[in-house]
Amino acid sequence: MTKVTMTVNGKTVSKEVEGRTLLSAMLREQLNLTGTHIGCDTSQCGACVVHVNGEAVKSCTMFAAEADGAEVKTIEGMANADGSLSTIQAAFQEHHGLQCGFCTPGMVMSAAALLKDNPKPSEAEVREYLEGNLCRCTGYHNIVKAIMAASGQDVPAVAAE
Amino acid sequence: MPKDGGIGASSKRREDLRFLTGKGKYTDDINLRDQTYAYFIRSDVAHGTINSIDISAAMKMPGVERVFTASDFEGVGGVPCGWQVTDRHGQPMQEPKHPVLAEGKVRHVGDPIAVVVADSLAEARDAAEQVEIDITELPAVLNMKDALNDGATKVHDDLTSNLCYDWGFVEENRDAVDAAIKGAHHVTTLELKNNRLVANPMEPRVAVADFDSSTDEYTLYTTSQNPHVIRLLMGAFVLGIPEHKLRVVAPDVGGGFGAKIYHYAEEAFCTFAAKQIGRPVKWTSSRSEAFMSDAHGRDHVTKIELALDKDGKFLALRTDTHANMGAYLSTFAPSIPTWLHGTLMAGNYTTPLIYVNVKAVFTNTVPVDAYRGAGRPEATFQLERVVDKAAREMGIDPVELRRKNFITEFPYATPVAVEYDTGDYHATMDKLLELSDHAGFEARAATSKANGKLRGFGIAHYIEACGIAPSNLVGQLGARAGLYESATVRVNATGSISVMTGSHSHGQGHETSFAQVVAEMIGIDESQIDIVHGDTAKTPMGMGTYGSRSIAVGGSAMVRATEKIINKARKIAAHLMEASEADIELKDGQFTVAGTDKSVAWGDVTLAAYVPHNYPLEDIEPGLEETAFYDPANFTYPSGAYGCEVEVDPETGKVTVLGFTAADDFGNIINPMIVEGQVHGGLAQGIGQAMIENCAYDDDGQLLSGSYMDYAMPRADDLPMFTVDHSSVTPCTHNPLGVKGCGEAGAIGSPPALVNAVVDALQRAGHDVTHIDMPLSPDRVWAAMNS
Repeated sequence: MTKVTMTVNGKTVSKEVEGRTLLSAMLREQLNLTGTHIGCDTSQCGACVVHVNGEAVKSCTMFAAEADGAEVKTIEGMANADGSLSTIQAAFQEHHGLQCGFCTPGMVMSAAALLKDNPKPSEAEVREYLEGNLCRCTGYHNIVKAIMAASGQDVPAVAAE
Repeated sequence: MPKDGGIGASSKRREDLRFLTGKGKYTDDINLRDQTYAYFIRSDVAHGTINSIDISAAMKMPGVERVFTASDFEGVGGVPCGWQVTDRHGQPMQEPKHPVLAEGKVRHVGDPIAVVVADSLAEARDAAEQVEIDITELPAVLNMKDALNDGATKVHDDLTSNLCYDWGFVEENRDAVDAAIKGAHHVTTLELKNNRLVANPMEPRVAVADFDSSTDEYTLYTTSQNPHVIRLLMGAFVLGIPEHKLRVVAPDVGGGFGAKIYHYAEEAFCTFAAKQIGRPVKWTSSRSEAFMSDAHGRDHVTKIELALDKDGKFLALRTDTHANMGAYLSTFAPSIPTWLHGTLMAGNYTTPLIYVNVKAVFTNTVPVDAYRGAGRPEATFQLERVVDKAAREMGIDPVELRRKNFITEFPYATPVAVEYDTGDYHATMDKLLELSDHAGFEARAATSKANGKLRGFGIAHYIEACGIAPSNLVGQLGARAGLYESATVRVNATGSISVMTGSHSHGQGHETSFAQVVAEMIGIDESQIDIVHGDTAKTPMGMGTYGSRSIAVGGSAMVRATEKIINKARKIAAHLMEASEADIELKDGQFTVAGTDKSVAWGDVTLAAYVPHNYPLEDIEPGLEETAFYDPANFTYPSGAYGCEVEVDPETGKVTVLGFTAADDFGNIINPMIVEGQVHGGLAQGIGQAMIENCAYDDDGQLLSGSYMDYAMPRADDLPMFTVDHSSVTPCTHNPLGVKGCGEAGAIGSPPALVNAVVDALQRAGHDVTHIDMPLSPDRVWAAMNS
């Protein structure tokens, strides 16, 4: 067992983990941050995306020990300080960018990372960036709309309402 | 002006707040004190005899509580099938036992053989490696036609053959159909496959079971679309637990698409084992396990023949289908290729004579059951493909051939035993042609040609049947369950309302749309209404959500219960205002005496019901809570016209979907935003089937597409923006909301539209290609062009 210390959603946490413990497992099982979801076992689905030192990472692809000393942000840390939905979260609700909600945390975390690097992406750029996030419910149509809207772009220009 | 609440408003979803902040409560988020973890050891061969299982070394491994095998399940029932089909000769289908854990033989890759239960999942997995299983491999049965040959290896030794049933529908039409086809001016024949798919809800299945020895009560948390059905099947048929001692909870469920309808062995295992070891037992499916244990979908091989007169009128239709059941009968498997497929073969057309033959076959593959659309996509695909082929053979425009044969008078009784109540197929076709700019296609095709690409446009017009019913009819057809739905409307003293529904939401947004209906009826704000679902301890016995039934059946039950509430509240209001009940009107949450300014608010009436000081106690009981069970008189029949525009790269065979237009008639709409989202998702699954998805086995029965590395799930950049429309409305005539259902349409209408578009592109370029089997991968398209 190894002791790891990291900042998760602004709070310092220390836990004893096995070498094989994945960051996703530590978040879900030891920190009870169950918003990070596990949808596959081959790092394909993206339901587990979190931010590690500001970068989008599939937390099932990283050992908890590798995140020692890192700043981690999960879906639970994405709302505004007053608890209201952040711009991206609000856009997902406004444009019905989620149905069952299972892929949603990963989608929101990926969208946030995209808009940080590319504040005004084209529709094609949004679709390409989301290659690592699977959604079975929405057909991506409204997810793309939501991300375009969150970037301040004109949604009807990319999609017939 | 769009409404800002109630029926017809695009109310934003209340459930989104928890899903967007990581507060959703899915089954895997539930952990019980002192819980153990189950790890299933599954067959890695398709077919074999189990010679021995040695668990002694595993039992000594750290953290192991117990290792279970089939011998622990003596006296426990098999996983039951919920539908018995009767064959052409009046005989019941062959129905093999489906044991919780394999007994003596394994019959598909993934068949569970033993389970290790330990303190942690890691320990359970480590111990599983110490379980020694000796299996003699047997030849695998895979090809359905070969499986029916004399002397073929049998999947089940105790059955007479691999034939589950040979179903004819309508058997009395058989000779007339044969004669009509023999004498027809033109017969178009098409042989095709409907590819096997895996539903792949993003949340894998999970079961967490607990047994309370102080009360003899079991609780099962499970990823289910229908917790009451699981309670009934598992309680009554597998484990023998009386229903009042078994609570089944399906909390937030991350998508279903059919795969979470069925009762699975893992649920029964965890529930059984929790009592055996005296600790809660949790099982979480990995995605790899999901591929080899969730029921698959489709997998039909069909020959279809359409007879036409010289003017293109359809005279007769004959289909011959082999439907794969897999190794065991999943809960509703036998009904899918029969009653949800044969009954839809009239489509939107006046074809007077139809005969459908289906041979359901056991193979050494994962069981096949309903997947979004369930039988209706298979019917629509073959019908809309053969109609398109007939149009090309006869030199008639595909739109015109469809229009020439559209049903235009309703109600319409088809020759395949169903009666369509309403529809307007010309209207949806008109809408499609308008929205897809069909008139401008030739100019776009010319541009593509100039760029060295082949452009095509394909159409499909579908009919679907939702809310399978009524119960007494489906009972005659072999269903071992009723197909009603229930709702309890509990009005609280201060006027807020909890609606307990037997429907289940796993992405459909019922918590929002169902509240809109009740809000509209009473005239109070949606925020005053909560929708409660997914817990047998809280909701009345209901059949759950599948087959696009929730608003048509569950919504109707809720309307009936709310009507009872309003009727009683009117009596109370009449008493409070000393007026005649007949004069009481309810509007915007106010009861008024007609023609006067006397009124009482909703909250005053509800308070009186629970604090009945000034109350007609001699006439009515206190309280304000009503339950209704609604059993529909008929199916509902949504329909629509779908159009797909593609470009094919002649160098590589790569197909690009440039645009997809869906013009649907869903009857009345409760929440347009949610309806459009349902169509988007269905389209993605249908386009996925047509373009990239395929569940493949090799000749030994090994699952080749067993992970997201091998099974192509549609990704964001595989799909275009969609154009969807639901402005064509012919309300359902037999349910109180006039609704039809929208959950599966997208997956039903889209595959044939897409394949028709690709065939169109190739034929326009002079290729003699009449059909390509799905998925239309570049190699298949290229091979078709170059054969």
